Amino acid sequence: MQNNGNSKATDRAQTEPTVVRWLLISVALVFIALFLMLPLAAVFIQAFDKGLSVYLDALKEPDTLSSIKLTLITAAVTVPLNLFFGVTAAWAIAKFTFPGKNLLITFIDLPFSVSPVISGLIYVLIFGLQGWIGPWLQDHDIKIVFAVPGIILATIFVTFPFVVRELIPLMEAQGKEEEEAALVLGATGLQTFFRVTLPNIKWGIIYGVILCNARAMGEFGAVSVVSGHIRGMTNTVPLHVEILYNEYNYTAAFAVASLLAFLALITLAIKTIAEWKVRQQLENN
Amino acid sequence: MKLNKLITTLTAAALALSTATAALAADVTLLNVSYDPTRELYTDFNKSFADYWKKKTGDTVTIKQSHGGAAKQARAVIDGLEADVVTLALAYDIDAIAEKGLIKQGWQKELPHNSSPYTSTIVFLVRKGNPKNIKNWDDLIKPGISVITPNPKTSGGARWNYLAAWAFAKNQAGGNDVKAKEFVTKLFKNVPVLDSGARGSTNTFVQRGMGDVLLAWENEAFLAINELGPDKFDIVTPPESILAEPPVTVIDKVADRRGTRKVAEAYLNYLYTDDGQKLAAKHYYRPINAKIPTKLAKVKKLYTIDKDFGGWQKAQKTHFADGGTFDQIYAPTK
Amino acid sequence: MKLFKRQNNVLPGFGITLGFTIFYLSAIVLIPLSALVFRTMGLTWGEFISTVTAPRVMASYKVTFGAAIIAAGINAIFGVLVAWVLVRYRFPGRKIVDALVDLPFALPTAVAGITLATIYSSNGWVGRYLEPFGIKVAFTPLGITLAMTFIGLPFVVRTVQPVIEEIEVELEEAAACLGASRWQTLSRVIFPVLLPSILTGFALSFARGVGEYGSIIFIAGNMPMVSEITPLLIITKLEQFDYRGATAIACVMLLTSFLMLMVVNLLQKWSRRYAE
Repeated sequence: MQNNGNSKATDRAQTEPTVVRWLLISVALVFIALFLMLPLAAVFIQAFDKGLSVYLDALKEPDTLSSIKLTLITAAVTVPLNLFFGVTAAWAIAKFTFPGKNLLITFIDLPFSVSPVISGLIYVLIFGLQGWIGPWLQDHDIKIVFAVPGIILATIFVTFPFVVRELIPLMEAQGKEEEEAALVLGATGLQTFFRVTLPNIKWGIIYGVILCNARAMGEFGAVSVVSGHIRGMTNTVPLHVEILYNEYNYTAAFAVASLLAFLALITLAIKTIAEWKVRQQLENN
Repeated sequence: MKLNKLITTLTAAALALSTATAALAADVTLLNVSYDPTRELYTDFNKSFADYWKKKTGDTVTIKQSHGGAAKQARAVIDGLEADVVTLALAYDIDAIAEKGLIKQGWQKELPHNSSPYTSTIVFLVRKGNPKNIKNWDDLIKPGISVITPNPKTSGGARWNYLAAWAFAKNQAGGNDVKAKEFVTKLFKNVPVLDSGARGSTNTFVQRGMGDVLLAWENEAFLAINELGPDKFDIVTPPESILAEPPVTVIDKVADRRGTRKVAEAYLNYLYTDDGQKLAAKHYYRPINAKIPTKLAKVKKLYTIDKDFGGWQKAQKTHFADGGTFDQIYAPTK
Repeated sequence: MKLFKRQNNVLPGFGITLGFTIFYLSAIVLIPLSALVFRTMGLTWGEFISTVTAPRVMASYKVTFGAAIIAAGINAIFGVLVAWVLVRYRFPGRKIVDALVDLPFALPTAVAGITLATIYSSNGWVGRYLEPFGIKVAFTPLGITLAMTFIGLPFVVRTVQPVIEEIEVELEEAAACLGASRWQTLSRVIFPVLLPSILTGFALSFARGVGEYGSIIFIAGNMPMVSEITPLLIITKLEQFDYRGATAIACVMLLTSFLMLMVVNLLQKWSRRYAE
């Protein structure tokens, strides 16, 4: 937007008059305030409603701690798996052409828009006692649904597209000349990937991982269907928030929710940095 | 190479996780799958039972709780949630579990009083001072009264609400099924929000300030007053209501497989002892043992599901199945 | 591994990466989703049709899809505005607003629903000021639209934003030099470039809104025929132990999502061609 040196007339034609500009900014800000800032503020105000000590007590409660632990475990399994998948799939999709690519991308996107109610239900239909392999699992004493593996599966499903969708456009934009050059110079496939491709997509990966992680920790609907809601065992943080709320323990509910909001804010901060780095990387290429 | 390592670690982690959960289940634990309004009761009761069991046998028993809407909980058990005992809102949901062969038929005869160690009824929670002067069921259909109840299709408690209103209308002078249907139709025209569960409705009434009256389990109404401020609400016990019998049972298949039958049966029987009954009374349930004192107001006339509706199977089919009387209230007028 | 698979391409690893992609996709997404279809096949065709076209189900489609379209429309207008303001103007707090746009991605839906109900119910922070004007947000279809707008906003902003960033200033300069007014430049030059991304954002926001459950039930009121959304009907069917009915409606929703995404991906292809 450097338009020094242009005549006044073209200047006017390239940007809006100051009044219009500030009007647009105000409208956008009011919209953001009503839809985004107020909810965020509401979470924190209600969490600290009864003071800091009540807030901290709510977080120290054993059931809360065990829900935090479960959420961390879930994210720790989900994110690496989806990361590995994301990089592999992006490599195949971005660096090669093959028939059916569009259909494949659409299938990968599907978990974005499948109702969370459905994403939980499908695992119950398969692994539940009335499902396809539920009876066999029970005979062998393996628990999937209403236990930790089911929660992890449902979480993998809802966060499935995050990393790969972040990487495909980035890798497509970068092309494959650098890799080709490395191969010609005698590098092996894996060397090429780790020395050439990986550094190039580093920030894209971080960006995808952060979003994937945030969603993995925050998912409610799908996990609610497969959890079984056993206190202290299969409640994740979002489920625990609902339980506290239903026990009329509003301050504690919002205190635990504020953890997730904090997480959201930290996520957003890291993401902003990552985004900036991605842009730099693209500009350098 | 690195990738291989990553994969092995991940697989190992996944395996460790699944064995970890299996190891936990091998401890002496019971899982009690229950509905929403019993959280506070069972928190106390589980402690009391664990002490009792320790004294009696020397074993340590840990009881895990799961709470949620009654039908959702029943469904989880059907789909494999390993509950040793269930304590649900109505017999219909336990029947559904029995239908899948997880419980022996005739389960409701196993324990005294239809396997219901405590009963409850439906009362009105109103704003302090009862400004709309709501005393009985027919006050609810007056124009301008806003009534909060959950959706009978998704909430067990709401089904008791609905049937209580139905039974009331049918048993007035000149009452019959047609009049009763007109009555509940008018009643539900006064309902502005249908939450999916009892706790959701309480939050709507209390937190959002919606409605003049909340139809609630008696114990839920007392809990709401205690937790959320006695200065804000009053309880109105109508002269007529319904006898709600939340039944309990051992899940035979699970208890036998896990070898927990003995302790599971002792757990449920403990509900019938004086200690158990006192705890039920403390949490505003009506103990079935008449000797246990209770602070709850007498209801003059209590209708029952078996006598007035011919049992849950029939009531569910007539009123709450797809196309039943409840759906007809909301059916588009043709 | 080296030159494992030749296309017109020297890069290695096509077979193994595509193979793994399809395997993982099948295991996590496709096979589980097929369980829905198989469960539904327990119904005859006639039963299926009468289940998914029952009056109450039809009313829920109307509410769900109607609210989702309106919400996506609101997002398309305000989302583009927000994106434009964020890219083109400098004002204090811009970075913070930019970061906040992703909040709905990261905030758990149940928390979002409870919070929105707290703010917009008739005794809430904002709701109490709307009440005197006869505007009721919480527990009406308006509440559903509100929740869907909340969760759909980032989709529009984040698809439009990069496109605005890439619009070359020369294009506007050229238009201005040729004597176009600012309005003409905006409507004839910039808008056509933005259109594919706006449509993509609209479609994504719509698809997300249709499926949303967690945040809506807290604010919808859930009245049959009026404010009952389709995912809630699936739950209602399940609560009656009617698995086939539930999976039948779920199949309809699944098909809708799939078609929406097909459209989105075609739009993106089209916009890429447009950009080249």
